[in-house]
Amino acid sequence: MLKPQDRVFQNLHGQDDAFLEGARKRGSWSNTKEILSKEQNEVIELVKSSQLRGRGGAGFSTGLKWSFMPKDTGKQHYLVVNADESEPGTCKDREIIRNDPHMLIEGCLIASYAIQATKCYIYIRGEYHYEYLQLEKAIQEAYDKNLIGKNACGSGFDFDLYVHRGAGAYICGEETALLESLEGKKGQPRLKPPFPAGVGLYGMPTTINNVESIAVVPTILRRGPDWFKSIGKENNTGTKIFCISGNVNNPCTVEEEMGIPLKELIEKHAGGVEGGWNNLKAIIPGGSSTPMLAKDVCETVLMNFDDLRANGSGLGTAGVIVVNKDNNITEVIERFAHFYKHESCGQCTPCREGTGWMFRMMQKLVRGEISPEQIELLENVTKQVEGHTICALGDAAAWPIQGLIKNFKSELIKNYKKKLKAS
Amino acid sequence: MSGNHPGLSNTFIHSGEKFEWSKENLQSIKKIISRYPSERKQSAVMPLLYLAQEQNDNWISIECIETIAETLSMPKIRVTEVASFYSMYNTQPVGKNLIQVCRTSPCWLRGSNKITDTICKETKCQINETSEDNLFTVVEVECLGACSNGPMIQINNDFYEDLDETSTKQIIDNIKNDLPNKVGSQKGRRSSENA
Amino acid sequence: MSEENLINIKINHKDLQVDKNLTVMQACEIAGEEIPRFCYHDKLSIAGNCRMCLVEIEKAPKLASSCTMPLMDGMSIITNSEKVKAGRKGVMEFLLINHPLDCPICDQGGECDLQDQAMYYGFDKSRYSENKRAVENKNMGPLVNTIMTRCIHCTRCVRFATEVAGVPEIGMLGRGENAEITTYLEKSITSELSGNVIDLCPVGALTSKPYQFKARPWELKRTDSIDIFDSVGSNIRIDSRAQEILRVTPRVNESINEEWITDKVRFNYDGYYQQRIDKPYIKKSSKLEPSSWSDAIKILKSKLKNSNPLALVGEHTDLETGFAIQKFMSHFGKDNIECRTDNQSILPILDSYRFNTPIVNIEDADLVILCGTNPKIESPIINHKIFKSYNSGAEVFNIGDDILLNYPTHYLGESLSELNNDLLKKHLKKATNPILIIGSGFLNQLNSNDTIKSLFSFASKNKIISDGKNNLNFLSPYASRVGQLLLGNTSPDNCQPYTKLKKKSFDTILSFGSEHIADSAFKESFKVYFGHHGDEGAMSADIVLPTPLYTEKNGIFINIEGRPQEAKKCHNPIGEAKEEWKILKELSNQLSLNFEINTFDELRQDLSHNYPNLVNFHEIIISSNKYEDQSNISFEGSSCIYPIQNFYMSDIISKNSKTMAKCVEDILSKPLLEKSA
Ligand SMILES: Cc1cc2nc3c(=O)[nH]c(=O)nc-3n(C[C@H](O)[C@H](O)[C@H](O)COP(=O)(O)O)c2cc1C
Ligand code: SF4
Ligand code: FES
Repeated sequence: MLKPQDRVFQNLHGQDDAFLEGARKRGSWSNTKEILSKEQNEVIELVKSSQLRGRGGAGFSTGLKWSFMPKDTGKQHYLVVNADESEPGTCKDREIIRNDPHMLIEGCLIASYAIQATKCYIYIRGEYHYEYLQLEKAIQEAYDKNLIGKNACGSGFDFDLYVHRGAGAYICGEETALLESLEGKKGQPRLKPPFPAGVGLYGMPTTINNVESIAVVPTILRRGPDWFKSIGKENNTGTKIFCISGNVNNPCTVEEEMGIPLKELIEKHAGGVEGGWNNLKAIIPGGSSTPMLAKDVCETVLMNFDDLRANGSGLGTAGVIVVNKDNNITEVIERFAHFYKHESCGQCTPCREGTGWMFRMMQKLVRGEISPEQIELLENVTKQVEGHTICALGDAAAWPIQGLIKNFKSELIKNYKKKLKAS
Repeated sequence: MSGNHPGLSNTFIHSGEKFEWSKENLQSIKKIISRYPSERKQSAVMPLLYLAQEQNDNWISIECIETIAETLSMPKIRVTEVASFYSMYNTQPVGKNLIQVCRTSPCWLRGSNKITDTICKETKCQINETSEDNLFTVVEVECLGACSNGPMIQINNDFYEDLDETSTKQIIDNIKNDLPNKVGSQKGRRSSENA
Repeated sequence: MSEENLINIKINHKDLQVDKNLTVMQACEIAGEEIPRFCYHDKLSIAGNCRMCLVEIEKAPKLASSCTMPLMDGMSIITNSEKVKAGRKGVMEFLLINHPLDCPICDQGGECDLQDQAMYYGFDKSRYSENKRAVENKNMGPLVNTIMTRCIHCTRCVRFATEVAGVPEIGMLGRGENAEITTYLEKSITSELSGNVIDLCPVGALTSKPYQFKARPWELKRTDSIDIFDSVGSNIRIDSRAQEILRVTPRVNESINEEWITDKVRFNYDGYYQQRIDKPYIKKSSKLEPSSWSDAIKILKSKLKNSNPLALVGEHTDLETGFAIQKFMSHFGKDNIECRTDNQSILPILDSYRFNTPIVNIEDADLVILCGTNPKIESPIINHKIFKSYNSGAEVFNIGDDILLNYPTHYLGESLSELNNDLLKKHLKKATNPILIIGSGFLNQLNSNDTIKSLFSFASKNKIISDGKNNLNFLSPYASRVGQLLLGNTSPDNCQPYTKLKKKSFDTILSFGSEHIADSAFKESFKVYFGHHGDEGAMSADIVLPTPLYTEKNGIFINIEGRPQEAKKCHNPIGEAKEEWKILKELSNQLSLNFEINTFDELRQDLSHNYPNLVNFHEIIISSNKYEDQSNISFEGSSCIYPIQNFYMSDIISKNSKTMAKCVEDILSKPLLEKSA
């Protein structure tokens, strides 16, 4: 359980002033100049040693990612902040942006400094119109007070920050699709290699980070990596914002200690499962892409990268979607299948064709019209998609279905037999 | 179903009227373009599509496409590709209030079906239809990123969250009666706090 | 390949040393491992979207698309494991889920990459019982037929239009399953190279409109030939059945056309059979009437006795015919053959009338000056090479009319003297590999050969000619021109040869496919037209003799860079047409003139005996005479008149093609491509 004094996001729910005055009270911008007087490498090392892992889904070490940026290339470097937040079940970056935008802005400045980027774009999903206006307003404040811009915070570092709005495409959360989109094209993921650190935005060295990853950086540098590391456990450190949705009594977003037991998270913060814990069917722990956990796993699993992975799922974006027994778990997954079909960029074969096909199979599955052999085929087809696509959307589309079949296969077969008898 | 979503159609139509940037938009365009490297004007295509859509009754006509292509020295087919790829650029005219109902699992688990039904009933529109008085267009969309506040809908730029049938009907009624609506949570939450 | 570029890799456990800059796919090819592919094409940027080329890289968790994957030292690649097969088979199945599988009625049937791969990977139809997606067909103009349900979204056509044709007009709209390939608002593609998308499309989604349902590939006879509708000499393959040509497609020649051909040669073949002169005609009371060879020869014999004839050599005349004409005409005196009926100025050396930069090297230019030429219309293949150089950073300057090309140019002005323009000077100073192309637009108007000499001086002073490299290029649009000039079938006047010639009097005009026979200057002469298409030229003649088209006989053409190549016979001549040399032989016999040739082989032997360097196939002729004189630079203020206004109607054959007529209607009558920034 997170101690109140360890909370990083003190205005997560907008209880206070979201703008500069409030932010300053909460400690933002207090000694930025001092932070910027450190060597760039030192900043990177500090972040590395905090063991901060990316909050955008993949959980890659943020400091390590920064260290991949080439040094002193003479080229324009970029930081691009991923505020596309489109993974179903996820609504955390939204709260940071609308309620405490200066945490993000200050983070952008510091991160950019560390990777020698004098320009940064924040790519925010188009539907977040209000959040966009909040962010623009805060950026204007920061410019007006010379916190960013030329000689930002009096540090001698020149820094420009721009916001770019997406326009309704989940795939633009994928980092290279995001870059394409920023360049004014369709958001179709790029081939890797080359990786963005070498050839990124406009062909220049680029780092892409999630909003939450960037927004915690100033606090880490202020309070020190050891403090951050003291929360959670080895390699799964710090605080984390969890978004709890679905069949709980009080859906909410909450900052907690990394690695809080899932059950505790649900019971303490979300008022428990609708109909009681025993009414729980399954939980999708990290946004729609992560395979579901059956009830027995939910009893004990810890909400961190490693424990969830060990249990066949992942922390992802920490979008916790709770499904109780009153709902058809198959339809939950069928709706996700529709989502992925709807959001496939259409570029590569397995995803373009596979997502549609899997969705139609899932529709049949919901109706109990799929024989045990076809369930096997469906599972087999998810494997034809997984690992064969340009980006990870293909995997993301395959995993939830695999999770369903893994956990509830006998039930699916039972449904089929029932339906067969009825007809 | 999704094929008819006005934002995801591949068919573009003429409005029949010339599309020229308004004076204010010409000013904004200059500012927008300056955010990107000078030889990368094309980066401004998404913001310009937004501007055009705003100026053109919330949809993108062929005339808008051609003006944008000219402003940014971009091939027209490239602007068309972008406009057809992103769901928020409406390539067909829409009603004054574009109602987007989130249908994805987190909202669905909390009753988005009922919200959809209520909206269809109150607006007298089926999904992907525009009401006769042109006041509403109703579409179903995928996750809008407010999952802890589901079920939720978006009307034009605004999110309405923590909905139930009553509050949904109230919102529609207010629009019909030209009364203001309170955006955000309809259950009195500030944001997504535990309450 | 230098040593330090070599790395060690393994392919299917065999050690291999390869260039580190290759992709995995290229390395596999070197190792003789065939990798299936749909989206990859070596002339296009890499898309990596079809996912068919998956291979296993040892120690990597996922299969990798080999077309996109760079090599690394020590990499171990596996192309034949079960994992690889399963991966590709999966991709195959996905491609076929929504593909109509209508091979029996598809024009691509038998030549389809998808069909081939489906056979190889074995496709179990029963696994997929869903309905197939229907996609509406798109209009792409009169040449390209679309059956979009067959499309597999490889985006080759999109990349071709943008990267090769230089007309970004094709795109993929929408996303996911709804992604669709289309041109902007379904307009026709405004490129002279558009038909190449048909060859590029790996399935039958883009097919030839004129060829639709005409034949199945295995019924066709294949003949290798060359394009004679411009001067580049693109290599083509002609497919025919009996006495009819059904399809023209490119042959790869990396030195010339790579694997592209123009829409004209690809599609104008319906014009081969329209308005054909199928028998001799004789004019009686100002009307041409069908006649017989014997009657025609009889009249000709009497006319040519003690005559002072002039031979006009047309734009499609092969070397052998030119040589036979020369042989025949030598009996009637000197200077009585002219191929420069457009008044092209030359100096009597090869370098002054050919494209001196080898076509393959055009793309290396860092500055291109166009003078009085519209390469987009006159020579789309050369234009493509210029576009390539533009894409790698070359600046293009234009003198003449302010023409619209598919890449931006700096327009300097109308007069050749703009070569002294300051902006150009500035850029020339920086350039390391500038090339200059002067076209008929000016060359046909020049009054003094000082101008050509000045061009040489200008070129030497500006690095256009330097270190044994000559980038001063003369571009005539006609396939026969360089060859006929090398044969010496022209008058000794350097400038305005034809105008001067017309002032002399000839009692007989023998036109070998030249429409200039209709010139009013020859009103009083007796006129004989040797040719295949009845148009103005034939109509003005007193005797019309049917001769075969280039597809109905063998013949050598020397392309604009000076490369001899052979057009080969696909089928017998239409009607009573006879090869020119045979007619001339017959006439010689009748007139008791010496013409000791009895067969075509003998004719070619004699030709190679007299002009050995003109029959050295596929090698660029090395010029023996270099222009050395360094005269003063002075350019006359001549006007610019382009030789071809309408790409689709540039010659008598194309004018008779219905397909070309449709292009004019559909593409040229609408606003042309708009100026790009
Ligand atoms: C299909 C797809 C969608 C994604 N969407 C998001 C997103 O909305 N927000 C985000 O931060 N990362 C998203 N990601 C992950 C990003 O590609 C990238 O890993 C992340 O932004 C890196 O930031 P981090 O290292 O700070 O986590 C997505 C990835 C995929 C494959
Ligand atoms: S996996 Fe899907 S979203 Fe990713 S590149 Fe391929 S088609 Fe596009
Ligand atoms: S050939 Fe490599 S992905 Fe298509």
